[in-house]
Amino acid sequence: MTTQPGEAQVTPRPSALARLGSLGPLLGLGALMIVATLLNPDFLTLSNLSNVLTRAAFIGIIAVGATFVIISGGIDLSVGSMAALIAGSMILIMNAVSPGVGTFGIIALGMLCALLIGAGAGLLHGTVITRGRIEPFIVTLGTLGIFRSVLTYLSQGGSISLGNDLSDAYSPVFYGKLLGIPIPILVFAAVALLGGLILNRTRYGRYVQATGSNEQVARYAAVNVTQVKIITYVIQGLCVALATLLYVPRLGSASPSTGLLWELEAIAAVIIGGTALKGGSGRIWGTVVGAILLVTIENVLNLTSIISVYLNAAVQGVVIIIVAFMQRGKKVG
Amino acid sequence: MSQPPAAEFINVTKAFGPVEVLHGVSVAIAAGEVHALIGENGAGKSTLMKILGGYQPPTTGEVQVSGQPVHFRSSRDAEARGVVLIHQEFNLADDLSVAQNVFLGRELGGLLLNDAAMNAEAHAALSRLSVPIDPRSKVRDLSVPQKQLVEIAKALARDARVLIMDEPTASLTVRETEVLFDLIRNLRAQGVTILYISHKLEEVKALADTVTVLRDGLVVSSGPASELTPHEMANRMVGRELEDMFPPKGQPGERELLHVEQLSVPGWAQDIRFTLHAGEVLGFAGLVGSGRTELFEGLLGLRPRTLGQVRLAGKAVRLRSPGDAARAGLVYLSEDRKGKGLLVDFKLRPNLTLTTLQHYARPLLDIGAEQRALERAAKDYGIRSGRLDVEARLLSGGNQQKLALARILEADPQVIVLDEPTRGVDVGAKREIYLLIDRLAQSGKGVIVISSELNELLGLSQRLLVVREGRIVGELSGAEMSEQEVIQYATGLKAAPSHTTPSILESA
Repeated sequence: MTTQPGEAQVTPRPSALARLGSLGPLLGLGALMIVATLLNPDFLTLSNLSNVLTRAAFIGIIAVGATFVIISGGIDLSVGSMAALIAGSMILIMNAVSPGVGTFGIIALGMLCALLIGAGAGLLHGTVITRGRIEPFIVTLGTLGIFRSVLTYLSQGGSISLGNDLSDAYSPVFYGKLLGIPIPILVFAAVALLGGLILNRTRYGRYVQATGSNEQVARYAAVNVTQVKIITYVIQGLCVALATLLYVPRLGSASPSTGLLWELEAIAAVIIGGTALKGGSGRIWGTVVGAILLVTIENVLNLTSIISVYLNAAVQGVVIIIVAFMQRGKKVG
Repeated sequence: MSQPPAAEFINVTKAFGPVEVLHGVSVAIAAGEVHALIGENGAGKSTLMKILGGYQPPTTGEVQVSGQPVHFRSSRDAEARGVVLIHQEFNLADDLSVAQNVFLGRELGGLLLNDAAMNAEAHAALSRLSVPIDPRSKVRDLSVPQKQLVEIAKALARDARVLIMDEPTASLTVRETEVLFDLIRNLRAQGVTILYISHKLEEVKALADTVTVLRDGLVVSSGPASELTPHEMANRMVGRELEDMFPPKGQPGERELLHVEQLSVPGWAQDIRFTLHAGEVLGFAGLVGSGRTELFEGLLGLRPRTLGQVRLAGKAVRLRSPGDAARAGLVYLSEDRKGKGLLVDFKLRPNLTLTTLQHYARPLLDIGAEQRALERAAKDYGIRSGRLDVEARLLSGGNQQKLALARILEADPQVIVLDEPTRGVDVGAKREIYLLIDRLAQSGKGVIVISSELNELLGLSQRLLVVREGRIVGELSGAEMSEQEVIQYATGLKAAPSHTTPSILESA
């Protein structure tokens, strides 16, 4: 349509309802917390909230990366398998290094390897998707299987455990606190802030949004779309690695079930947060809220006995569909 | 006048929220006529035709078809009464065959589809239009004009008695337009009533029996087309005397700005070479599909191509991507504003600065500076919008185009390639764009204009290159530049004598 009704004169303000709608995830989380507190006052204790946030940190950090991928119009289904592979490889590497390097050195080396593997996996994804011109859904569906089966092979179907000394030295990364706040929560906050800054206030973030909104337009406007997309997958890989290196000291081992279905939770957090699955627009704070919301649901089921905690995934699934339903009207315009 | 009008609007108003865009429109469209509806963007033409097509209900007033009041709730209701709207952007499923499209939503057959019958009927509908298209071919493989004909066939197969056509010639060349006009006259002879919306006033003059002029939601005049010249139509549309559409042409300079040698885009263009001078407006004429767009997309590295040499302002440059080109001082405005030009879901500010974002990164983006750039651009280029913090899709075609132009000019280019710069743009904005092109040339930049509107090319350019089937077949300047000459070259009736071609084209 070349003619918009009334054109220049009619440039409607976003309605009050639409503005309220954009706060939907936050309102939903608030409502859920009120209900949770009413059902079980223990919910609002500091230790429980800190527990919820720590657990949300893993999914949340991965979901921040997924926000970039999804806004650019892509998808990464492999993050759960990637986390398992990174965890297993990291432990194997750390166990193999001679103790002469010192515990601290070994842990630092393990973390570095984790980040390199994550970035490498992302680079592989991005390159195959852009240069090979294969749908991201297909590529990452393939690596979802590949990553997990490699880990299963490495662990021979069992688990890979970190040596006892290393495990003790590493555990503060998960259990430790700084200024009374658990380290995973601090890292999560830092990743979210940095992600928000990159997405909203840098050239790269603008290019990510432009690419997702209309790749052709971005290309014609002299944006290096290929590079932009590859970098989103590298960011995703780094986020997975970061989440994993926080997660490893929790159990001190990796097994074929490590990170199972994390991709679903990460993508769900992004969508609940208000990022459009078709790309083009999205927000990091929404993703953060989405991740917390998902973990809160599980927590509430654990604390109360109304719905069995075995139905956790079902309740989360219902929430995702409801959120998608509520966002449905806004996008049509 | 015993026959009731095929369609009639009686005191129709339409309001979107608090804003009324039609203020009591009464028009009768006589049966079996070609009735043109003209007006600037925002005058209410689209709204009026959407009401008749069943896409929107009127707020007050009445719509009648063949003398009976109708209350369409959907386009299906309208189709059931023989009223079909053909959109400017086609409503065809690319992956289905022509026949499948023609029968989409009302397939023949019971449990199993009767493909043979559908193919036969589609064939009949197409032959009625004397269109040689195989009903089994996929729509994806058709050219733009062919798709248009399929749209018309689809409407006819639905027994359309009133056909509403929204700028049907926007992407057609002169010759294709002639074919379409013959077809429209043929339909009129068969008793079909046609409501024809267009910005091209010469076409309206040539085709229409009656012309209705809309301005600001009101009917300015409605009467026989024979009583109005295109110039008078334009004056009525804008409500004031229009000056000459085209500014006087300047003199191109001597300095060579762009020189392209041996550019080939497989399947589209072969061995292209041309030179553009400072201060020059160089037109690229040719039929749709002649390879003009693809030639420049190839030059910018947007398509596979082979390239001999490119010199920009005397320096050899490598152009592997639009980024390379922008850095070297060459920018390109795509003909496809929504598909390749603007991020329609983005606000105006990020649209404006997308190509030049490096100027705002310190290293964080300076949103304030971007906003100031937008305010300046809105003023410089006359982008009219009630508020500036809206999405680009809310702008009219003309204002969108000014925004797209502003973006590429933000890069302060030396060479500006404009592909169909006034497509879907109203008369007022057209003239502003012409003035802008002239200003750019006057300031020493080189401008290349690709257009399917011949009068635009003739009115703007100092020199014209005619492209046919991917080759530059003619070069015209000064007194040689006439519509007849261009058409003869473009259609292959005339070709530049081979021995003179290289020397003419290498005019540097």
